[in-house]
Amino acid sequence: MSAVNIPPQFEIVDRPLDTQMTISMGPQHPSTHGVLRLELVLDGEMVVKATPDIGYLHTGMEKLFEYKKYQQGIVITDRMDYLNPLGNNLAYVMAVEKLLELEIPERAQTIRVLMCELQRIASHLVWLGTHALDIGAMSVFFYCFREREKILNLIEAASGGRLTPSYFRIGGLMMDLPSGFERRVRQFQDGFIKAVDEFHVLLTGNSIFRGRTQGVGVITAEDAIDWGLSGPCLRGSGVNLDIRRANPYASYETYDFDVPVEQDCDVWARYMVRMREMKESHKIVAQALGRLKPGPVKADAPKVVLPDREAMKTHMDALIHHFLIVAEGFDVPAGEVYHPIEASKGELGVYVKSDGGPKPSRVHFRGPSFVNLSALPHMSEGAMVADIVAIIGSLDIVLGEIDR
Amino acid sequence: MHRDTSAAALRSFAAGDPFMSIGTNSENILPQSVSTDVNQRLTPSQLVTALQRQHPDWVSEIVEALGEVTVTVPAAHIVNVCEELKTGAHTRFDFLSDICGADRGVEEEPRFEVNYHLFSTTWHHRLRLKVLLNEGEAHVPTVTSVWRTANWHERETFDLMGVVFDGHPDLRRILLPDDWQGHALRKDFPLRGYEPYSLK
Repeated sequence: MSAVNIPPQFEIVDRPLDTQMTISMGPQHPSTHGVLRLELVLDGEMVVKATPDIGYLHTGMEKLFEYKKYQQGIVITDRMDYLNPLGNNLAYVMAVEKLLELEIPERAQTIRVLMCELQRIASHLVWLGTHALDIGAMSVFFYCFREREKILNLIEAASGGRLTPSYFRIGGLMMDLPSGFERRVRQFQDGFIKAVDEFHVLLTGNSIFRGRTQGVGVITAEDAIDWGLSGPCLRGSGVNLDIRRANPYASYETYDFDVPVEQDCDVWARYMVRMREMKESHKIVAQALGRLKPGPVKADAPKVVLPDREAMKTHMDALIHHFLIVAEGFDVPAGEVYHPIEASKGELGVYVKSDGGPKPSRVHFRGPSFVNLSALPHMSEGAMVADIVAIIGSLDIVLGEIDR
Repeated sequence: MHRDTSAAALRSFAAGDPFMSIGTNSENILPQSVSTDVNQRLTPSQLVTALQRQHPDWVSEIVEALGEVTVTVPAAHIVNVCEELKTGAHTRFDFLSDICGADRGVEEEPRFEVNYHLFSTTWHHRLRLKVLLNEGEAHVPTVTSVWRTANWHERETFDLMGVVFDGHPDLRRILLPDDWQGHALRKDFPLRGYEPYSLK
């Protein structure tokens, strides 16, 4: 006869252990690059299911566009993918220019290409630094940010803003490049190839880095297309697709550059694609520098493009146009366009719908980060928890663009 | 802007030759032997004209403007059209770039439109499909069975525009909290939301 009376809830029952555990990763986790929350279902250290939870940075930007004039929208685009603001500027202004059927002068086109490729390098440098940091290689970060700082100084010299330049305007540029700008770009260019080689020395031969990235986060070419991956993520899966080649814009068809493609489909392949892309961008910058010839940087459309300061002070009609553009905006013919560009992270598409007034009826951004992140559950099935960090890093997401 | 009235296309369809060249508009004339040479690149407008000849009830309007082709598709046929465009040898629209909803205005009828932006990784051409929806019946079949990437795009459109995608595997809000009231990108939703805040 038992002396102790055991209550039923403490009775020892022989049942199989529940091995699955659900944990929440983020939204304050440093390796989630912003405020991304993942709901991970784990079996031991293996990921059974990863569900991204986004929206923490949602600020209703697409709604805001509908209440702003077309030229005011450029400022909002800076704040989406804040590592590649010039790419966002370009996609938006080119979509509006398509609706207006504006012709952009050659010098403005060349400067746009030049600045966008510098920005692509800067964006890839942040990716490289943080990706390596996530995996545990801390020193790479400092080398990357040293180079990125030089590019941000160039962007600041041209536009006045380091992170939010708003440099491209509908019909051209905010203003021409400052004097001595080309010399400063050449200075940066001269040191940059050596810097990329430095990054290779730090990471490419590193056996820990290889072990953390090779064979991790595999996605086949068919799956990558089906999931809508674009940019370096798609090219890392062996698909030779670059919108600068497939649907050329801003006269990219006249530049000579290679599209890096890797066949391994894993984190390592995406790393190699971006490393090679930086050198290709360097090549494009050099070509654009050689093409810079004096000329106008604004289209000949007085009702859309703000007049020069000097003309405004001396010409009556320039003053009237200036007043009307600032006070009332300009009417854009009714219609709709979808303009895709190859941003640093993939296909950045802008859908603009106009009903004829000075404000758009609908603006929608197809962010490459948004779509690339949606493939994360597919890529992380069966991975280790530590690999999730490497996979997120290889997708190169920016939450500002995902949540908009 | 070019609109195909499709009467000639219908005649040609009835005659049993969907690729017979018709009309005087040179853009709509297809090569006689279109089915034999799969390596020939056709423009999107030629492709959709051929689609209209084969399936007149799948396409209600074709609009060409600013270098882009827009095909209006009845909501009931959107999955069929997408599957056909994805698998056809000349179309190969295997990449879904984007889905985005738009509100045409509170008084407009049909009020909502859903735009599908397709891209072909083989032929590098683009096409926009458009589905028009009345306010009372803002339902459209999901295309997640055709492209898995449609999942998040459809969730976003549901969240912000209130269009319901029938058959979607996981139709939850994606950007706004689960207990948010209303659909923020509708024209009748105030810019600053409902004061003091829009949560329950």
